[in-house]
Amino acid sequence: MFTLDSLRRIMDATGVADDGVDLGGDIGATEFTDLGFDSLAMLEIQARVKQELGISFPEDSATLLLRPDDLVAYVNSNLVEVV
Amino acid sequence: MTTAVVTGLGVLAPNGMGVEECWAATLAGKTGIRPISGFDASRYSVTVAGELAGFHAVDRVPRGLIVQTDKWTQHGLVCAENALADAAVDPAALGEYEMAVVTASSSGGNEFGQREIQRLWEKGPEFVGAYQSIAWFYAATTGQVSIRHGMRGPCGVVATEQAGGLDAIGQARRLLRAGTPVIVTGGTDASLCPYGLVAQTATGRMSTRADPDRAYLPFDADACGHVVGEGGAIAVVEDHAAAVDRGAPHHYGEIAGYAATFDPPPGSPRPPGLRRAALAALEDAGVTPGEVDVVFADAAGTPALDRDEAAAIAAVFGPEGVPVTAPKTMTGRLLAGGAALDVAFALLAIRDSVVPPTVGVRRPGADYHLDLVLDEPREARVRIALVLARGHGGFNSAMVVRQCGTD
Repeated sequence: MFTLDSLRRIMDATGVADDGVDLGGDIGATEFTDLGFDSLAMLEIQARVKQELGISFPEDSATLLLRPDDLVAYVNSNLVEVV
Repeated sequence: MTTAVVTGLGVLAPNGMGVEECWAATLAGKTGIRPISGFDASRYSVTVAGELAGFHAVDRVPRGLIVQTDKWTQHGLVCAENALADAAVDPAALGEYEMAVVTASSSGGNEFGQREIQRLWEKGPEFVGAYQSIAWFYAATTGQVSIRHGMRGPCGVVATEQAGGLDAIGQARRLLRAGTPVIVTGGTDASLCPYGLVAQTATGRMSTRADPDRAYLPFDADACGHVVGEGGAIAVVEDHAAAVDRGAPHHYGEIAGYAATFDPPPGSPRPPGLRRAALAALEDAGVTPGEVDVVFADAAGTPALDRDEAAAIAAVFGPEGVPVTAPKTMTGRLLAGGAALDVAFALLAIRDSVVPPTVGVRRPGADYHLDLVLDEPREARVRIALVLARGHGGFNSAMVVRQCGTD
């Protein structure tokens, strides 16, 4: 199970978030761009998810997975398929 | 016609962080050239450099920007921020298309690039960070400064090695004349990592001496190559009348003349282009050689290039015809940052009526016929200064800076 906390850890590890952004807050429905994560930051997150879980992202995922909740749901749906 | 003046300065140099700290150290003859401490250089032929040892990005750059940028860009961000504060320019109060950024870059983000290339060969392509795509790139410093301060005018980058600082400021003057009111310009560099250092040793022009005080001796009979350093300078350039109107706190000086030339190919009977650049910059400024109070030399530190420069200076000014100095003997050659720092020094020389010294040179080449300002600063009225710069590959640039209100 990939949770919002799993994603928080990965987002934090990228080092992209500025000090003013609280990743521990209620961020699930906030758009990544509003959290300071642009398209390159999304590539960085996706690369880390792929390294950990082997899950690939479609090329247009940055425009489909706009919020942390979207990305968590995508990862879990793909995890299920693997199982 | 606009008059391009420098209204703000930001400096990071091996012998001082910040404009005043660096300037005080330079007048005191304090060098920033030391044995390399940032990595183990003992296996390399070059072991000394001018490091920015006291620079810690976490104290000076927003956290989210650090992972996206090489340290050369971090130096540029800090210098730009300080230059804007010095000029009392608030970018948020200006239209975003009224401001532009032009910086020099000599080889992009070396340390960042080395780290990612190591990941590529150790772990594979999927482990190369996404920010490699922008962090190594020549235009990264211009881009990050532009994004951070909301400057969307005609931005650019010039890549002419050590001549780049002058070429960037020259381009800023063009943009000002074409209608952009505020330009952030200059250059920084940070080539000190194993990859960056080894790439440069291939030129054969770097000093391999281990004694920091004897490694870089331009115009000395004992000259044996140059030392490189990190850092540079960023300036805010505006039109003089506009700067007066808004009550800008500083008018460091006017960018009165600029010219660039290119050397003929190796083996050509034609002479190198530095003299032509100097004469063209003087002509552009409407200044005669006799009016120039000091020359900031390129000071390559290799005998053949020193000889060429000394000949160019003597041809323009006559033997011992003008005070010549090379404060870069205290910082090393800062590549993209070097000529921009020399322009800052020239402006501060005008402000304080003093010529900063050249250090370390004990036996100036007698046949060079240069009036070198050695060891101690020389008090003198400085109204007009000529800055010379040469970039590896044949680039020559010259810039005349003049005290405001004296043309």
